[in-house]
Amino acid sequence: MKAFTYERAKSPSEAAAAVAGTPGAKFLAGGTNLLDLMKLQIEIPTHLVDLQDLGLDRIEKTPEGGMRVGALVTNTALASDPRVRRDYAVLARAIVSGASGQLRNRATTAGNLLQRTRCPYFYDPNQPCNKRQPGSGCAAIGGFSRQLGVIGTSDACIATYPGDMAVALRVLDATIETVDPQGATRAIPIADFHRLWGDTPHIETELKPGELITSVTLPRPLGGRHIYQKVRDRASYAFALISVAAVLQRGGTGRVAVGGVAPKPWRVPAADAAIPQGSGTVAARLMAGARPTEDNAFKVPLVERTLAAVMTKASAA
Amino acid sequence: MKFDAPSGPNPIDRMKVVGRTTSRIDGPVKTTGAAPYAYERHDVVANQAYGYMLGSAIAKGRIKRIDTADAERAPGVLKIVTAANAGPFATSRHNTARLLAGPEIQHYDQAIALIVAETFEQARAAATLIRVDYARVQGRYDLAAQKDTAPLVGGSSGEGSAAAALRTGDFEAAFAAAPVKLDATYSTPDQSHQMMEPHASIAAWSGDELTVWTSTQMVAWAVQDLSHTFLIPQEKIRVLSPYVGGGFGAKLRIRADVVLAALGARAVGRPVKVAITRPQTMNNTVHRAATIQRIRLGCDREGRIGAIAHESLSGNLEGGRPVTATAQTRLLYAGLNRLTSMRQAVLDLPEGNSMRAPGAAPGMMALEIAMDEMAEKLGLDPVEFRIRNDTQVDPEKPDKRFSERQLVRCLRDGAAKFGWSRRPMRPAQRRDGSWWVGLGVSSAFHNSPAMKSAARVRLEPSGRILVETDMTDIGTGSYTIIAQTAAEMMGVPLDMVEVRLGDSHFPAAAGSGGQFGASNSTSGVYAACVKLREAVARQLNMEPDRAVFESGHVVADRRRVSLADVARGGALTGEDAIEYGDMSRSVHLSTFGAHFVEAAVHAYTGEVRVRRMLAVCAAGRILNPISARSQMIGAMTMGVGAALMEEMVVDKRFGFFVNHDLASYEVPVHADIQEQEVLFLDEADEMANPMKAKGLGELAITGVAAAVANAIYNACGVRVRDYPLTLDKLLDRLPRIA
Repeated sequence: MKAFTYERAKSPSEAAAAVAGTPGAKFLAGGTNLLDLMKLQIEIPTHLVDLQDLGLDRIEKTPEGGMRVGALVTNTALASDPRVRRDYAVLARAIVSGASGQLRNRATTAGNLLQRTRCPYFYDPNQPCNKRQPGSGCAAIGGFSRQLGVIGTSDACIATYPGDMAVALRVLDATIETVDPQGATRAIPIADFHRLWGDTPHIETELKPGELITSVTLPRPLGGRHIYQKVRDRASYAFALISVAAVLQRGGTGRVAVGGVAPKPWRVPAADAAIPQGSGTVAARLMAGARPTEDNAFKVPLVERTLAAVMTKASAA
Repeated sequence: MKFDAPSGPNPIDRMKVVGRTTSRIDGPVKTTGAAPYAYERHDVVANQAYGYMLGSAIAKGRIKRIDTADAERAPGVLKIVTAANAGPFATSRHNTARLLAGPEIQHYDQAIALIVAETFEQARAAATLIRVDYARVQGRYDLAAQKDTAPLVGGSSGEGSAAAALRTGDFEAAFAAAPVKLDATYSTPDQSHQMMEPHASIAAWSGDELTVWTSTQMVAWAVQDLSHTFLIPQEKIRVLSPYVGGGFGAKLRIRADVVLAALGARAVGRPVKVAITRPQTMNNTVHRAATIQRIRLGCDREGRIGAIAHESLSGNLEGGRPVTATAQTRLLYAGLNRLTSMRQAVLDLPEGNSMRAPGAAPGMMALEIAMDEMAEKLGLDPVEFRIRNDTQVDPEKPDKRFSERQLVRCLRDGAAKFGWSRRPMRPAQRRDGSWWVGLGVSSAFHNSPAMKSAARVRLEPSGRILVETDMTDIGTGSYTIIAQTAAEMMGVPLDMVEVRLGDSHFPAAAGSGGQFGASNSTSGVYAACVKLREAVARQLNMEPDRAVFESGHVVADRRRVSLADVARGGALTGEDAIEYGDMSRSVHLSTFGAHFVEAAVHAYTGEVRVRRMLAVCAAGRILNPISARSQMIGAMTMGVGAALMEEMVVDKRFGFFVNHDLASYEVPVHADIQEQEVLFLDEADEMANPMKAKGLGELAITGVAAAVANAIYNACGVRVRDYPLTLDKLLDRLPRIA
């Protein structure tokens, strides 16, 4: 770990200005991903701006009838909030399916959105990785790729966004609210928040340098049946091979998003529209254009089979 | 004490302390953090500096140039040690790969430099400033590619080792004539030990004398290996390893941490501590090497094996040892016509070495699926098929028997207890919601080696008993069973015994490995206690054979003297070793068991969850049921990992294990393990040792993974012969979703 300087910011815009004004600076929230990557010398910040004094840890109603979740609300707090459990159950279920209790106690809502990929080549500094070292190449292409992306990937990077919470936020159409170093705020729909890798896999979100997430808002509750089904190699504490977040209505309509397959939570409007036609059509539309590797080709049929399980479970209710 | 005749009655038979469920006597210091592990020995020597190991970025080739100038100028850095400036050192004959390499590189992440600095963080940061120019050479990384060209080998360790193919009868003719045949090929992957405590050491020199605080399973072997490495006599080396956070074989021999710490300490003239980080453990140290195994079984229609062949291929560095995967097959089942062989490919991957039940575990992973497949071909229940092929003699040498062999009873008792009769003979019959449910079985088998083991026992003036031996406790419970043994022998309560382990100044014990630790180390303590009892009796002019030690007193001929009184004038000491004669070689000292598993396979996703496990074992006298059970359930858990998830994936282009951390090399977590039960059959093996005990740490894992695989087959009808049985291997063959 390289020596770095550290400060505790007093306000969101001050934090944003501090990061924007210091080359190599980063925000520190729960630190559950950043500190690990610093120990591995994959992230080498020069300066950390600690956000813990900013507040931003409240969950409140919005005038529109939805919820605003502060950026620093922990995963544990969010998943155990009675309103979330009642009205946005898919979100609570997605969160508790990830990590461990100890990590969820530290991990924050904003930090979880920004967690970095688990591609094993990203984690090995001896290997070329366009995400870790832009322009160095991608050792994962042609290498061990069982866990990696099958759709939305590029010739520069086949990593996935690895998290669970964001998949639920995508199916709920959450909005990410930010403040920039000048104090200006904006709202980014989650559909647009994570980028496809393209030629710049090191740029993972729409956030500009220094731009700080202040909250995540959820629209009015959707009702319906909320399901998060995560498929993995062991029963707990594992990243998803694939996951399905679904909100399914009694009339046979609904929406689905898939995790573990792409650089972002994967949702396709045409697939949502096909829900009445059954899992086969939904999966075909979700996965249209998939470019799996030999190692991860199983993810394509697995998405369809998991969708079938989810839709069967919903209709059995 | 020479053990060369069946033990007969002895004081251990009282079983007042031995054999009783006894919580670990070292539990409180461990659970409160008061038990110091090697890296935490801050107090043992002043002025410790920190070393950080830099590993090779290539798997094979040479270092053309290594530029350490910037790193040397980095804050806090004291020295960069490389092979070029480290001074003289050799490679112990028990290490295949060099522990500090250069200029030649033998495998990925092989140590090429040690950065010594004032703090760990400084050392680690400076490592990134070392620039290395490599000349990369294409290596051999693909075991399967050498399937047809790898030469036959014999093993150099473990039972079953032999040169070339071993034949009994005429396998080919018998197999050709057999009415029911199986010919199948299985594979097991590279696996990593991943004990809780990674390798770590502190080294300090005083003149030409070296002291290391390290984490090793085998104190005496560490002394020998360090003596070879540093070209100094064993008397000048002291190794201390009182607490060890697991090893599973990775710590049988010295690794880079201790050699680098000693080289670093020599270079900077200060004590140096080195830990191998978790990601480094996988490519820098050793692992269980992958195998490809072909098994052929030929049976008559009644299900008797007439022909059995087991041929195994594994790979290792040049000069490394093969995986002795065929060893169990030589002894487990009957059959007149037999063939076993091992081939070894040279691979430029990290060194393959011992991991829990070396050879036996991967061998049984294959053999016990083959047995399940054959039972199905015969239309026989797989428990019955195994029972039908039990043998009470060594199938290759029918004159040689097993001291005890209760395999059949393990299978029968286990089947009854587990509800085996409810298992549907045909697969994919039982559905529970979205899950297919099935049952699987395997045999378990491992020999229990007799090994010399020494100890010293002292009766203190306080009446307390002090036991000293270099035996290690790697989480298995050695402290406790040794205390139980001494308490039983000396007739004192457990809390009157103090046990000191893991110091090379103590008499050399068998050490921890190969399921030889518990039975031999306690037998060594037994022998020392016999000596101490004699000394006590002599002091009182009692006939040693008539002296009874009980309740803190020695009693004979109507005299009753407290042990404290005996030692009032000065401590009395007994020191001895257990040693074994021809009797131990004239029979097989073996342990047997049966594993039963209930597994569920998700009908949609193919996810597998193990629901219930039962192990029934016959392993001699059980010295402490609670720690024996812990060892069993730990191994059953490890077996679930082997069955379902554990695989170090080789990047065949660059020659390294890609998933080198615990987020990507998954092992079972609590949620994976539902119900585990363990039953021990009554057995006191008079031929084994005076404790009448054998080991079970290796037995416990043999067969587990196959029982899981067989349960998966019974659940969903998909037979997978390539471990681990991840869902992608099941998915396209699962029954149609109704």
